[in-house]
Amino acid sequence: MSDQFLFATEVFINGLMAGVLYALVALGFVLIYKASGIFNYAQGVMALFAAMTLVGIMEGQVPFSHIINAIFGTEVHHFGWHVPALLAILLTVGVMVVFAWLVQRVVMRHLVGQEPIILFMATIGLAYFLEGFSDLMWGSEIKTLDIGLPQGGSFLIEDMTAGLGSDNFYGFFIDNLDIVATGIAVLLVMALVAFSQYTKQGRAMRAVADDHQAALSVGISLNFIWVMVWSVAGFVALVAGIVWGTKSGVQFSLSLIALKALPVLMLGGFTSIPGAIVGGLIIGVGEKLFEFAIGPMVGGATENWFAYVLALLFLVFRPQGLFGDKIIERV
Amino acid sequence: MKMKLTTLALGALMAAGPAMADLVFPSLSYRTGPYAAGGIPFADGYADYFTLLNERDGGIGGVPTKLLECETGYNTEKGVECYESTKGQGALVYQPLSTGITYQLIPKVTADGIPMHTMGYGRTSAANGEVFSNVFNYPANYWNGASGVVNYLLEVNDGDIKGKKVALVYHNSAYGKEPIRTLEELAKKHGFDLKTLPVDHPGQEQKSQWLQIRRDRPDYVVMWGWGVMNQVAVQEAANIRFNMENFIGVWWSGAEHDVIPAGDAANGFKAVTFHNVGSDFPVFDDIQKHVVDTGKAAGNGDQIGTVLYNRGLYAAMLAAEAAKTAQELHGTKDITPAMMRDGMEALEITEAKMAALGLPNFGPEFKVSCENHGGPGLVGVNQWDAATKTWSLISDFKPTDADVVGALVAEDSAAYASENNIEAGCK
Repeated sequence: MSDQFLFATEVFINGLMAGVLYALVALGFVLIYKASGIFNYAQGVMALFAAMTLVGIMEGQVPFSHIINAIFGTEVHHFGWHVPALLAILLTVGVMVVFAWLVQRVVMRHLVGQEPIILFMATIGLAYFLEGFSDLMWGSEIKTLDIGLPQGGSFLIEDMTAGLGSDNFYGFFIDNLDIVATGIAVLLVMALVAFSQYTKQGRAMRAVADDHQAALSVGISLNFIWVMVWSVAGFVALVAGIVWGTKSGVQFSLSLIALKALPVLMLGGFTSIPGAIVGGLIIGVGEKLFEFAIGPMVGGATENWFAYVLALLFLVFRPQGLFGDKIIERV
Repeated sequence: MKMKLTTLALGALMAAGPAMADLVFPSLSYRTGPYAAGGIPFADGYADYFTLLNERDGGIGGVPTKLLECETGYNTEKGVECYESTKGQGALVYQPLSTGITYQLIPKVTADGIPMHTMGYGRTSAANGEVFSNVFNYPANYWNGASGVVNYLLEVNDGDIKGKKVALVYHNSAYGKEPIRTLEELAKKHGFDLKTLPVDHPGQEQKSQWLQIRRDRPDYVVMWGWGVMNQVAVQEAANIRFNMENFIGVWWSGAEHDVIPAGDAANGFKAVTFHNVGSDFPVFDDIQKHVVDTGKAAGNGDQIGTVLYNRGLYAAMLAAEAAKTAQELHGTKDITPAMMRDGMEALEITEAKMAALGLPNFGPEFKVSCENHGGPGLVGVNQWDAATKTWSLISDFKPTDADVVGALVAEDSAAYASENNIEAGCK
């Protein structure tokens, strides 16, 4: 096989892996949009907040220590213990559930029946609030997140594939973290599908998504479903935060990964879990292959804009996205 | 009633603004946003040095200093707003810590007669004081940094890097593009092959760039990054098992938080620098005693000795020394921004002066002049030790390629002068 073909294959595989990471972020958007029709602008910041909380709990960091020290003149920063990763993840899930409940009580409950744009604006406010709140609670320095996920290229794959090309081909590079992230994403999607198809709460969630009024009329609590959906979105945000935070350290930029999810949503549809996955894969592969083939001719750094161009191209033919529900409004 | 209102208004004005005698130093900082991790230690170092001067010496020449901190979020529009909102409060010198903000402020500070110091960033050709009367970028600029990197490569290759492949991974912004022209000129001069790889803001995703590096196998990778781009690049380099000894960044890519997330894999990574690192300097004992222990530190005291804290402190020290020079030059302690500009232009930093300030061997000796606002452009190299989590200086501060850098400065500043109808010359 020619080296160029092998390099393109390597880029293709890495594009698939990157697509899985994008899909992880997009899933959180889909869940909330599906159940409540809200485009949750705060999803990226939720990933940041969840990851910061996880690191804070693991390292025994005192929340709001800067404020406490400034007010009381103390010098407290850490409790002096380290919490095992699994327990810290469970505690962080608890924090995200409390966060979901607060969002419902403080923000969403007061906006029931409002136009979608109002709810969207509320999530913009929520995003800015959460950005500042995260910094106040845990500080804004970069935190290292290590829950034992492997990093670095896989030697096994590299060695197994090194002989496929000439001496200039060193075998396929696939990051171990990406492999693990793919496994996590598959499990997550299976769990979400099982939850929505086979549990009472999942069916209630789908009922709310189909028709709020009808769901209310058969006794489904809208408030409970929204808290549940925001909690599940919080959990998905935590998973995305763990994977991305392991790559780059936990820092403000994690909140910007939402920008990577937007073209995925446009392409896959805002209401489809499989759409988020397929959309992520198409965007991941598309942008990486374009950068590989065309990038060098146009000065590189094409990925950010090409993802949106690709999504827009799909929109021309399917405005609701690949898997989105077709909205028919009669005048 | 009218009298009372006037009194109240006057009282409020006096309470809101600094006392007339204060020497006002604005700090256009960023403690929030994607670049906060770099902005916080710099801002802390900058603030703590002025606090030290107030607490230990009663200010500069007996006049207390006042820091006006304004949050820019590393956002150019906000930076300009900060400038406009603070310039009327007696601001003596601006240090925006952003190349984007610097570009916007150059015409403004020149029109307003306020000096601006962009140490190791900003518009490189501002080193030509005959064109940029109010902008200073001593002791080193980006092009010195680029030349410093190439000098280091020459040094480790016995002076011959002909045919070597060098990849530049850069932040796809005005800042990141600054070294390209210099590196291209140096590539022509020394015969190395330069490949440029842009990374879009913020730099969280760099898989394509590092796969390309893995395919091309360059001998060296040079990084011009900031923020999350640095941490991801170091991690990606480790992932593809690129030799960290051959990976070298500019001074904005060489802080502790840039390498710590990658753990042991970051060991050996290098970065050029124009000042020393670590906390083994007498001035830090004074900061501990007069600033941290008295609860007056800008942060919680844990940034002292870090690369960017030291840089902020160094910037504050140079501003304070320029203010001192201005006081001596004009024979008055209450200096104006115009006098401060004169002080900056007459600034001379000697090793004896640095030692007296508690910073022996911290930075190079230099003298600013009307013609040269950029200082000597001496550049050293730091290396990261992952085991001890410390940066150490592994080379002296050495001269950079004056022929190449000087010619580029002259060319770019002449173009600026022509575009803006500036008559170059010393007044």
